[in-house]
Amino acid sequence: MFDMIGNIFKNLGTKPATRCYPLEKREPFKASRGRVKGVEIEKCIFCGICSRKCPADAIRVDRNAKSWEIDPFKCVICGACVEVCPKKCILMDETYTQPSTAKDKLTYIQESKEESQSQAG
Amino acid sequence: MSNKTVIPFGPQHPVLPEPLQLKLVMQDERIVEAIPAIGYVHRGLEKLTETKEFTQNVFVIERICGICSFKHALAYCQGMESLMGIEVPDRARFLRVIWGELHRMHSHLLWLGLLADAFGFESLFMQVWRDREKVMDIMEETAGSRVIISTNQIGGTRRDIAPEMLAKIDSVVNEVKEDVERVEKVFCNDYTVKHRMVGIGVLSKENAKLWGAVGPMARGSGIAEDVRTLGYAAYNELDLEPVVETDGDCYARMKVRLREVYQSVDLIRQAIAKIPDGPIHVPEKGNPNGEVISRVEQPRGEALYYMRANGSKTLDRLRVRTPTFANIPALLKMLPGHQLADVPILILTIDPCISCTER
Repeated sequence: MFDMIGNIFKNLGTKPATRCYPLEKREPFKASRGRVKGVEIEKCIFCGICSRKCPADAIRVDRNAKSWEIDPFKCVICGACVEVCPKKCILMDETYTQPSTAKDKLTYIQESKEESQSQAG
Repeated sequence: MSNKTVIPFGPQHPVLPEPLQLKLVMQDERIVEAIPAIGYVHRGLEKLTETKEFTQNVFVIERICGICSFKHALAYCQGMESLMGIEVPDRARFLRVIWGELHRMHSHLLWLGLLADAFGFESLFMQVWRDREKVMDIMEETAGSRVIISTNQIGGTRRDIAPEMLAKIDSVVNEVKEDVERVEKVFCNDYTVKHRMVGIGVLSKENAKLWGAVGPMARGSGIAEDVRTLGYAAYNELDLEPVVETDGDCYARMKVRLREVYQSVDLIRQAIAKIPDGPIHVPEKGNPNGEVISRVEQPRGEALYYMRANGSKTLDRLRVRTPTFANIPALLKMLPGHQLADVPILILTIDPCISCTER
């Protein structure tokens, strides 16, 4: 019984084990799978391997319209698309997806070597 | 004799992490009969695996369980590898042991915390979960995610662990071992804890066999059964002895899990010492054909996978028998004769994972 009492007194004298979250944030680990941030659209060749390998059907690639689209609310952040991309142009970010008020998709359209990004519903 | 009452225990109950309902037929404070009702978290994942490609299925199967996701993926990948005749590289086999044992550690530490919470020992619960956080941090640093680590793929692993990280894992698991030694004294010697657990829910060796108990439940009753001794992944090259206690009560089952944390630490350190260099993945060729049964030892016991493939990209059938499903009959037989106040501890000592069971 006294083992725990000693422990409790020790804990009273030390700092809390948890962080004071919004004020003090932990740096994310380097190789963390946080979210799929998007695609470097000027490098993309619209092969569509990423959309075929995605287990959650979150990615849509249109070769004719030259568009690449991801639904962040379907994505399970497994990283399969990042691994199979032959051009390595899909970007993975270490930070988690921010909360959002609308279920927007991320759409990228290639415009004759100019990058453009628009948010479509 | 006619004044029996039925008390529904669950599906929402402070002690249950997941929804399981037991209708307890009571006579005064004693349980006469327990009737289970499951089906609250059925998600149809087995059916979903029939529509996805067999390589995508790894990600679906990992989501069967939120605690031992790595072990589920391992069972599936091992089955597929034996169907397709893939020889997994040595380094990948050792990496699978390291991640697998880390998963066992964090699952058992989580369970010890929940148990402490179930008998009302709030500070002990917090202590154990604080120690567990170190294991979770290793998992995120090496695999990129805390629980669904997604490092398995058919033919090996998706990520490698660098030598300096292996050295770090070695020292961190040693730290966790010291932390657990500290709380072990409380779990094993504390008067209140012993009072709640010793002699409660005794499952004899014969009954454990008869009702098909698996995992720590069977080992707590003196059955030295551990699927790891079959030597899948790299377990055949490591020194492994099943942890066995003979009393068969809640206290024995808790001690099995406590000692398995030490066993996991030992296995991780052995694996780190022996891990060879080399590739971590061989690509698969073609599609699987035929049927196979694959078994792994999860933190909760033996999981059995049956897979039937037809030579196309999708599977015909995938069937999972999870350890909790095998342990529920024994739980129902243990409950009659006990007091209502003992029910939370009895349910917890089978370490229920209901979302595995219902998939």
